[in-house]
Parts: sequence; C-alpha cells; structure tokens
Amino acid sequence: MLLSVKNLHASIHGKEILKGVNLEVDQGEIHAIMGPNGTGKSTLASVIAGREVFEITSGEILYKGKDLQKLSVEERAREGIFMGFQYPVEIPGVSITNFMRTALNEIRKYSGLDALSGGEFLKLMEEKKKLVEITSNLTNRSVNEGFSGGEKKKNEIFQMAILEPMLAILDETDSGLDIDALRIVANGVNKLRRPDNAFVVITHYQRLLDYIVPDFVHVLFEGRIVKSGGKELAFELEEKGYDWIKKEQEA
Amino acid sequence: MQIHLKESITRESMMGLFKANRSSLFAGDSPELSEIREKAYQSFLLLGFPDTKMESWRHTDIRESLAKEYDYYFHPPADVDAQRVFRCNIPHLDTAIIGQLNGWYVSKDVPLMELGNGMVMGSLAEAKKKYPALVEKYYGSIVDDSSEGLTALNTAFAMDGVFIYVPDDVKSPKPVQLINVIHHDENIFLQSRNLIVVGNNARLSLVHCDDSYNHQSSFSNIVTEISVGDHASLDHYKLQNLNNDTTLISSVCFRMGPSANLESHYLSFNGGLLRNNIRVLFNGPGGNANIYGLYLMDRKQHIDNHIFVDHAFPECTSNETFKGILDDQAHGVFNGHVMVRRNAVKTDAHQRNKNILLTDTAKINSKPFLEIYNDDVKCAHGSTTGQLDQESMFYLRQRGIGEESARMLLMYAFADEIVGKIAIPQLRQRIEDMVKKRLQGGLQICEQCVLHCSTPEHPMEFDIDLSKI
Repeated sequence: MLLSVKNLHASIHGKEILKGVNLEVDQGEIHAIMGPNGTGKSTLASVIAGREVFEITSGEILYKGKDLQKLSVEERAREGIFMGFQYPVEIPGVSITNFMRTALNEIRKYSGLDALSGGEFLKLMEEKKKLVEITSNLTNRSVNEGFSGGEKKKNEIFQMAILEPMLAILDETDSGLDIDALRIVANGVNKLRRPDNAFVVITHYQRLLDYIVPDFVHVLFEGRIVKSGGKELAFELEEKGYDWIKKEQEA
Repeated sequence: MQIHLKESITRESMMGLFKANRSSLFAGDSPELSEIREKAYQSFLLLGFPDTKMESWRHTDIRESLAKEYDYYFHPPADVDAQRVFRCNIPHLDTAIIGQLNGWYVSKDVPLMELGNGMVMGSLAEAKKKYPALVEKYYGSIVDDSSEGLTALNTAFAMDGVFIYVPDDVKSPKPVQLINVIHHDENIFLQSRNLIVVGNNARLSLVHCDDSYNHQSSFSNIVTEISVGDHASLDHYKLQNLNNDTTLISSVCFRMGPSANLESHYLSFNGGLLRNNIRVLFNGPGGNANIYGLYLMDRKQHIDNHIFVDHAFPECTSNETFKGILDDQAHGVFNGHVMVRRNAVKTDAHQRNKNILLTDTAKINSKPFLEIYNDDVKCAHGSTTGQLDQESMFYLRQRGIGEESARMLLMYAFADEIVGKIAIPQLRQRIEDMVKKRLQGGLQICEQCVLHCSTPEHPMEFDIDLSKI
C-alpha cells in the first residue's frame, strides 16, 4: 500500500477538523475525494503534506510503510509526495526555472542521483511545458507572480510533471478554471499517470471527473469519509447533491 | 600634527580642537571658503551634537560613539602603500579609482587628475587651490549647515576629500569608483568632505565605497555635496561594509537641475552604527530621482536611513524603495520625508519601505511621510514589516527544498528587487555574490576592501543555485 491513513484525527488551534479519516491508496490508482465546503478536504491534503499548523491528535499516516509524522515537509516531498495547491503562492524574485531546478536537484540528491546541469534541466523544462500546453515564456517569470488563476493551476501541474512524484494530492486544482484550462490540467494528469504512481484528486464538483476518471470516489463529510464507491458515486452526488449525504448522516 | 583627543567628542572638545588648529584649518581656504567655515563653526556651536530628543534622531543614539577616545588628524597620512590598500578587483569592471585613506585623498604624486575630456578628479584640498572659482560656486551651497549640527561640524573641520568635475556635455566613459578605506592602529575620528559636480547634459556613474580595513573603532562624519546639472544624469552607488565598531554618519546632498536624472543605490551590508542622510533637492522642473536601499544587518548593528526629498519645482518624480532584513538584535530606522511645495504641481512621489525581521529582538522604526502643499500630485507611501512568509516557506519546502535553503531563497528574492536595479552588470554580479554571502552570515568585513569578498580565482560557492540560467 502506498498510502494508508488510519483513524486520523487532526486539529488546528485546538479545533478538531479531521475526526477519524481512513483511506488507502495504492500504486496505479486515482482517488477522488469530494464533499461540501469546510468538511476537511484541504486539511487532509495539508496534513499529509506536513503543514505544521495542523496537529495530529490521534491515528497515523503511513507512506510506503513509513510513519509520515516522523518526516519534515521537505523529506515527504523528497520521498515523492506532491501537493497541488488550491491557492498557489506568489513568490516575487524567484524564477520558476531557478525554483524547479533547485527543487528537482534536492530531490535527486536525496535519491542519490546527480544534479542535472543547466542545459539538461532546460531541455526537461521544454518537454514538460508541452505537456501542460504552456506556450508563453512563463518560465523566466517569478513563481506565480501576476499569473491568472488558470496559469497558476497549470503551473502546479507543470511542477508536478517536472518532479514526477509517487503520490500527488491535487487540492481543488479545478476550482476557478475555465473549460479549456480544465481540459489541459486533466490531460496533464492523465499523461503523467503510471502503474507505479497514484493521484488523490480533491474536488468540490463532479465536472473534473469527466476528464480524470477515478478508480475510487470518497465523500468527506464533517471530518470523516462517510461514503466510498466507484466513479458512479460521483454521478450520484452530482444528481442528488450533498444534501443527500447530509440527510443520510442525520438519519 | 596628530591630536589624541583625551576626552570624548563633545561640543567643548571640538571648540578646543578648532581653536588650537585654526591656522591648519583655514590654510587652504580662499576668503569665501573661510567665511563658510567660520559660519559653519558658529552654526555648530548653536546646534551642537544631535540627541534622541530631536525628532530626526529619536531612534539613533550616538552618545556611546561620541564617548570613545579618538585620534584626529590635520594632515594626510604619510607613506601610504596605496597598492596594498586599494587593490580593487571586481572582475572586468573598468573603473577610474580614486582612493581615500581615513578621508584623505591618496595621491600617487598626482593630487588632481585632469583628463582629456575635461574631467577633473582628485583631492578637494588641491581643487580649492587650482580651481577656486569652480569649487566656490558649489561648496557649501548644497548642504544646509544651519539645521544639522554634524553637517555644520563637518564644514567647520573638513580639510580634504574627493573632488570630481564632469564638464557640460561630457559623458564619463567609465564608472568612477571612490574608495574610502578606514585603517588606523588607534581609534580614529574623521571628517572628510566630497564635492561632485556633474555639468549640464553630462553623465557620470559613481561607485562610492565605505570600508573599514581592521577592527579598530572609528567615527566618520562624512559630507558629500553633489550637483547634477540640467539634463544631466548620475548613477550613484553607495556601498557600506564596515566593522562593528564603526560609526558612520554619511550625509549626501543632491541638487538636481531641470530635467536632471538620478539613480542612487544604498547597499549596506555591515557596520556598527550607520546613518545615511540623503537629501535630494529638485532645483528645477522635470527632474527624476530613484533612490534604492538595501540593508542587511545582524548582531547589534544599527542602520538609519533618513531621506528628505524636496519637490520645490513642478513636474518632478521621485521614488524611494528601501528594503531591509534584520537579524539578531539589529535595529533599523527608515525615515522618508517627501516635501511637495505649493508650486510643485504634477509631482509624482512614491515611498516604499519593506522589512523582514528574522528574530523577535530585531527592530525597525519605519516612518514614510508625505508633506503636500498642492493638490495636483500623485503621491503614495507604504511600509510593511513582517517575518518570512510562512505560506511561501511551506510552498518551497513542499517541493523538496530544505528549510534553510528555502529561507535563503526567500531572503535573496526579497533583496533581488534592489540588487536588480544595479545598472553596471559586473557590479550587480558582485553585489549578488555579496548578498548571498551576507545572508549566509559569511560576509564579515573582508580582508581588504568590500570588493575583495570573492576573487575570480575563488568564486563564491553557494549550496543552492540562485543564478538565473
């Protein structure tokens, strides 16, 4: 099992957000996590990535059999965990080229690989740009600075393409995208799919799942996964709305 | 004659010193310059030394600096090994170098260089003798001795410094680099005076370095008057890398002719107590001044940037951008005062001060201030202070970049906005290196001058690649 989340409880500033999440993700799988706003979807992504503001109060997260709580944010990233941000951060003064080359080489160093030379890296960048249909020369711009919402999300997928993670958690990567950008983002994910990696796609809407076909769909509600199923669950949710889940829970 | 001030620097000890050395002080002065000196002395007696009760010195206390004992000189140092002191080696930076040791112009038998294009560079004391009319036209007219005690004191005591004259319509072919090295076996108090005249429609690029050479205490009270002529252009750099026992009060006053253009860069990397008084007076319409500052301070270092921009004529633009990173118990002060006078319509003035405090004990007092007396203006000011952005830190680390590297990357990116404004590519490269080194804590005062921090044979090693490939 690539990722095993067991009875995970997590809180922020003393407020419990995750109240016993269980989730198993294996290589080659795509999981979708859906649910109404404010039920803990982004928190789950942040906790797996290691955001320090959240406190795990009980339960565990195993990744490749290792206890993730023992690893720092950067160690998790170097072990192959990638998080696509719902709100990618603008970092003036740091070029994407510089950022990604530094990141990739740190990951390579961790895995005992040699650093890529400037030339090799530029070649890799050009190749990955095509994957997310980036035609502009955004690579010499500062990270996300002045990017449109769509550009920022494409840039997340572009970074994922360069770093080639084992486990990618995409936190509402579809929010705020027009249909063209949505298609590009989804195509990027589909092209990066391999038998040995896995994706957890967090989304509020079903429409992304028209392009990325999940193997499993989970509904996160009030800090717990209350329903799991195949891709048909997404259609059912689209049809019946989240009220259906709420009513079921109240019943 | 060398004077050892047995007592600390006080109004009284200065009076004694002035009286005892009248003949030396006035020896090189024409009647006009004598009058300026005498008036400045009287002015100093009225004003005295600044203290923290004065609004503009509220956050900078120089008492401790004044209380030390210093040597004072009324003649240039003898037997200077100029070669040793001034080996300056920014690779491929082709500059005309003017050296000062403890404020005195260091000549190699040529106190004043006269270039084929009419430019004159060298000792101010010599220029007073050789070009009295030229010096008298500007000397003492750009600074205001009646309001700042330390400036008045400088005018009363200054005997030498650097003189640079660029005639009308002359574009200086290469940057002029002014290196003031402070190097003495005892504590030293020095007051040098520089006069720089950029003629109408002329152009000059000036790199002005303040460096210390050993770890001895020093107190420098340096005044630089700069006239930028009509349609003239000055690209000015002030580099400060001094030891932790240095007190430097640097006052630079720019007088801008009609449509004159100024780019001024203040890059402060080390120093005990640094105070930059920067005054820009628009003395005609259509002028433009961009003033950039970057200060990287740690330990108990103190940096105070005081900027006064006087929009006395219409249609001038000014832009101040000062950024600082303060670590340990370092203390920063930013005071930007823009005055827009009644007739100065169509003024465009901006002030921005941004700070990163790396510890709870680092401190900044930031006060951008606009004083506007007409309503046909575009003015804005802003000041921000914070820690390194935690969201950005998380973002970088989530991509696999280690915490320390992520911090470096963010600090470097913060500084890069200012470094990127440096127009001389070789200098920019060197400053980039220095910033990296400084942010890693590696840049102390260097063995020799500030520009020796890395040599071409030993390029700076940096564990993450910050170059833009």
